[in-house]
Amino acid sequence: MATMLTPSRLHSADVARTAGVGLRTRKLRAALSALGIMIGIAAMVGVLGLSESSKSDLLAQLDKLGTNLLTVQAGGGIGLGSGQLPAEAAEMVARIGPVEQTTTVSEVDANVYKNDLVPLGQTGGITVQAVDLNLMDTLAGSLDDGVFLNEASAAYPTTVLGSVAAERLGIAEVTGTQLVWLGDQWFTVVGVLDQFDLNPDLDRAALVGMVAAETYLDHDNVPTSVLVRADPDFVDDVMNVLAATANPENPEEVEVARPTDALEAREAADDAFTALFLGLGGVALLVGGVGIANVMVISVLERRSEIGLRRALGATKRHVAVQFLGEALLLAAIGGVGGVLLGYGVTTGYASLRGWSTLVPPIAIAGGIAAALLIGAIAGLYPAVRAARMSPTEALRSS
Amino acid sequence: MTAILVHDDAPATGGHDAVLTLNAVTKHYPTTPPVRALQGVTFDVQRGELVAVVGPSGSGKSTLLHIMGTLDRPTSGEVTVAGHRVSDLSDRDLSALRSRHIGFVFQQFFLLSGYTALDNVADGLLYTGMTLATRRELAAIELERVGLGHRLGHDAMKLSGGERQRVAIARALVGGPDIVLADEPTGNLDSKTSDAIVALIEDLNDSGSTIVVITHNPEIASHFPRAIGLRDGAVEYDKLNGVH
Ligand SMILES: Nc1ncnc2c1ncn2[C@@H]1O[C@H](COP(=O)(O)OP(=O)(O)O)[C@@H](O)[C@H]1O
Ligand SMILES: [Mg+2]
Repeated sequence: MATMLTPSRLHSADVARTAGVGLRTRKLRAALSALGIMIGIAAMVGVLGLSESSKSDLLAQLDKLGTNLLTVQAGGGIGLGSGQLPAEAAEMVARIGPVEQTTTVSEVDANVYKNDLVPLGQTGGITVQAVDLNLMDTLAGSLDDGVFLNEASAAYPTTVLGSVAAERLGIAEVTGTQLVWLGDQWFTVVGVLDQFDLNPDLDRAALVGMVAAETYLDHDNVPTSVLVRADPDFVDDVMNVLAATANPENPEEVEVARPTDALEAREAADDAFTALFLGLGGVALLVGGVGIANVMVISVLERRSEIGLRRALGATKRHVAVQFLGEALLLAAIGGVGGVLLGYGVTTGYASLRGWSTLVPPIAIAGGIAAALLIGAIAGLYPAVRAARMSPTEALRSS
Repeated sequence: MTAILVHDDAPATGGHDAVLTLNAVTKHYPTTPPVRALQGVTFDVQRGELVAVVGPSGSGKSTLLHIMGTLDRPTSGEVTVAGHRVSDLSDRDLSALRSRHIGFVFQQFFLLSGYTALDNVADGLLYTGMTLATRRELAAIELERVGLGHRLGHDAMKLSGGERQRVAIARALVGGPDIVLADEPTGNLDSKTSDAIVALIEDLNDSGSTIVVITHNPEIASHFPRAIGLRDGAVEYDKLNGVH
């Protein structure tokens, strides 16, 4: 009467069902143990997403600003140089073939005050700069309010304020009648500028026309810096010859810079932080994995009678192992998916706060879930083997 | 269906329709000092029988149930279940044997909390390879048989003790195993509920199921057609009670 034995079998849908038994009967514990993985994955996805979003924002910004803006200034280091360039520097630079546009800035030895009652010396760090009328064109600057200098106004005591200068002088809106005390005279404010992305020094300046500078402020208009737009394909070539062209006698006194390099350098510094946070995320993942392993070991001990029962119902050792491994994977997957969602949410929130478009690299999402599953598999392996090796009679006697 | 077995005065041994045979089965636990939990146990269970194995605590009843149920292997001796010699089978084969041919009922019920009575019973067929739909269908029929047709969707852990044991019995019976082994099935129940479970077991046997009930309670054993007395790991008596 002995017939062939039909092997024990567990459908894959039932593998998933049995893997969910522990989660279903111990919801809080499952949630807590998935939390570690979730935090780790969220940190990694968030960091990668933020780094990618800010990078893409930078690229868009660079694209908008153009990486072909170069500054030539008299030596001295930071800011618009304290020294001077030769009077004809701008014209000579303009003669370089691939130079498309030049504009001159000349620092005026004068101070600006809100009115004539402010004690001398309390300048609020605002400088006075005599500028060419094509400044806005060359720098791709924009007006916040009012108008920029033109042929006419450049010859009169009128000024356009940089964004920071306007704020410090207490001018939010241009009425056309506001006066500032500039070089011991009243100058009319005709415009306020938006922030410059590449020339923050000009944000802290009161700009006047060259003619006005000469007429009212007794200024010689010798350039302190020349700003250059070069043909994008020849930026490096132009850079190489700028110093010698601007000041053939003392090229070493000339500083040539590409302002967009500073933005890129800042981004590179961010990359170091990204690596640090990725490392921290990795540690959180590891801790999460240990948490899952811990919970699974406890679960296997607590569920001995269930294991014994399943063996009595015909489960093989492998079925038991697969159930507990599946449970660990399920926990990790919940943590992984939760982490990806959380990381994505944080990225979206922060990016929209900064006005960036959200960009989470798909590889970070896929990688996050894959990492979670891998950790779940490793964490679940030992408890699963332990459950499988448990003798069914011991398991059944335990309660 | 009426009872299909007519007993002689002497217990059946080695009949051609034996579902279970034990031949000189011993079980020693290698503890210090070693425990000889079973010492040469020999008997058969014929298809359709209802047998009580009765003995005091520590007499080796649970050990015997585990060996009859192929959850453990004897130290020596031969066990055959549904025609399969246990010593010929691998662990995987034994799992297969248990999944289709043996049903278990335990004193502690061992139901999964958070799952319905129906799903607990359906889990009796979980490892057979049947689809979930089929398992549930058979489970519903089985619950009906044990008088819980109205409790299919109830959380198993919210049922009364007697109802839980009925669920466990249905889980053991679902799919029609060759033999059902029950270890102290009334051990956690009050006497009234216990009587009802004993009556249910008799009914199920009447309709054809082969059942071995292990108990320390001679009163319960005396209800059953055949009782095997166990003492210190050996068969003390094997008698027909002349009931039925
Ligand atoms: N895993 C084991 N290791 C050592 N001794 C055991 C083990 N299981 C049972 N025993 C011993 O075997 C004897 C029979 O136990 P058991 O089969 O549980 O008897 P019963 O179910 O009749 O109470 C007892 O003395 C018990 O202590
Ligand atoms: Mg016992």
